[in-house]
Amino acid sequence: MKPASFEYHVPDSLEQALELVREYGDDAKLLAGGQSLVPAMNFRITQPNVLIDLNRLGELGYIREVDATLRIGAMTRERHLEIDPLISKQTPLLAEAVPFIAHPQIRNRGTIGGSIVNADPAAELPVLMLALNARLKARNVSSERWIDAQDFFAGMFTTTLASDEILVEIELQHIRPRTGWSFMEVAPRAGDYALMGVAVLVTLDEQNKCRQAKLVYLNAGDGPVDAKEAAKLLEGETLNEKLIESVAALASGQEINPFGNMHASPEFQRHLANVLTKKALKQAKKRAEENLQ
Amino acid sequence: MSQSLSVTITVNEKIYKREVEPRLLLSDFLRHDLGLTGTHVGCEHGVCGACTILFDGESMRSCLIFAVQADGHAITTVEGLAKDKDDLHPIQQAFWEAHGLQCGYCTPGILMTLVPFLKQNPNPTEDEIRHAISGNLCRCTGYQHIVDAVLLAAEKMK
Repeated sequence: MKPASFEYHVPDSLEQALELVREYGDDAKLLAGGQSLVPAMNFRITQPNVLIDLNRLGELGYIREVDATLRIGAMTRERHLEIDPLISKQTPLLAEAVPFIAHPQIRNRGTIGGSIVNADPAAELPVLMLALNARLKARNVSSERWIDAQDFFAGMFTTTLASDEILVEIELQHIRPRTGWSFMEVAPRAGDYALMGVAVLVTLDEQNKCRQAKLVYLNAGDGPVDAKEAAKLLEGETLNEKLIESVAALASGQEINPFGNMHASPEFQRHLANVLTKKALKQAKKRAEENLQ
Repeated sequence: MSQSLSVTITVNEKIYKREVEPRLLLSDFLRHDLGLTGTHVGCEHGVCGACTILFDGESMRSCLIFAVQADGHAITTVEGLAKDKDDLHPIQQAFWEAHGLQCGYCTPGILMTLVPFLKQNPNPTEDEIRHAISGNLCRCTGYQHIVDAVLLAAEKMK
């Protein structure tokens, strides 16, 4: 058999699952969609003593509107993000990016919560959570807390979740008027891990000057990389060619820290970041001008 | 002592009850425990698509699911597509006619990817087809004949 042996638990309710994570803590791995965990187990890179399978927690699979926010259950399959009309209407950036996640067969099984908690710097969903200022709800047996996405990712495959907590829900704000979005990445083949990628949001004011901007990069450091200085350069300014050039140069040259891999040197990754930033900013600007609501 | 769990899994509309170790992959369960060797095993880490099956009607990698997780669920493998060799599923027939395979190793995974795809997209464009099969590696055909076969299958299924 490919994976090493483990003790298997399959709770029928969130309460039971929380009891199990309290009992086993770091000895246990949570199995959500398993589209990253099971390959790691097949290679025996990961050999958990205990596996707690969350796939019977139907209560954690939903996409709903609450007040002016979207609430998404952590066990919602990526495929559902791709096809749900609420997602494309209220968070078009997410809808645009999800088809870049691996392949259709993987998205049918993979979950939003699993990908976020896995915190792979090359994955799309952690980048999107940061770009969208998501709030993430964690629970343990006795309490719950909300964690801002910017306080959630703590380095390579690491989050600030405690060992007795489960990520249960993701909250996203609706897109604001005069806001444009863009998600772009470059991968050797469709569905492969991207060599570089960027999520961009731009909000314009009445004079078409930038009120607020966000640029977050994947595979650009030890977690999703928020290029805050580059975003600041845009604020209060008109997005012209010259400014876009400077923003792309700052983000790709100084704010990201790509490590390189067998397909791309760090220099090439920075080059890709530069090109993608310019293209994505232009697309986001155009969409912001059209998104008057 | 390793755990042994009792599962009841419907495969190609037939109900199987078996005892499985939790670490047994669904792909190995289908091949070794049930003898359904039409589901092929390639990379065993979710990249090649050879082991694609339908899990409650949706295409998934059987190498990235444990057999124990299929307890109570319905699986369809390539063996479930045709009653016999003279009564092929229209997608199989189209692959035959359009030369959509050479060695055939990737074919079961591709067929199982396409069954739900063509149900959801009865008039696919070439781009949509290439996106749909992007998770299935074929080293023989160069994909062109596969795309032709899918277009032909879509015609046949109208």
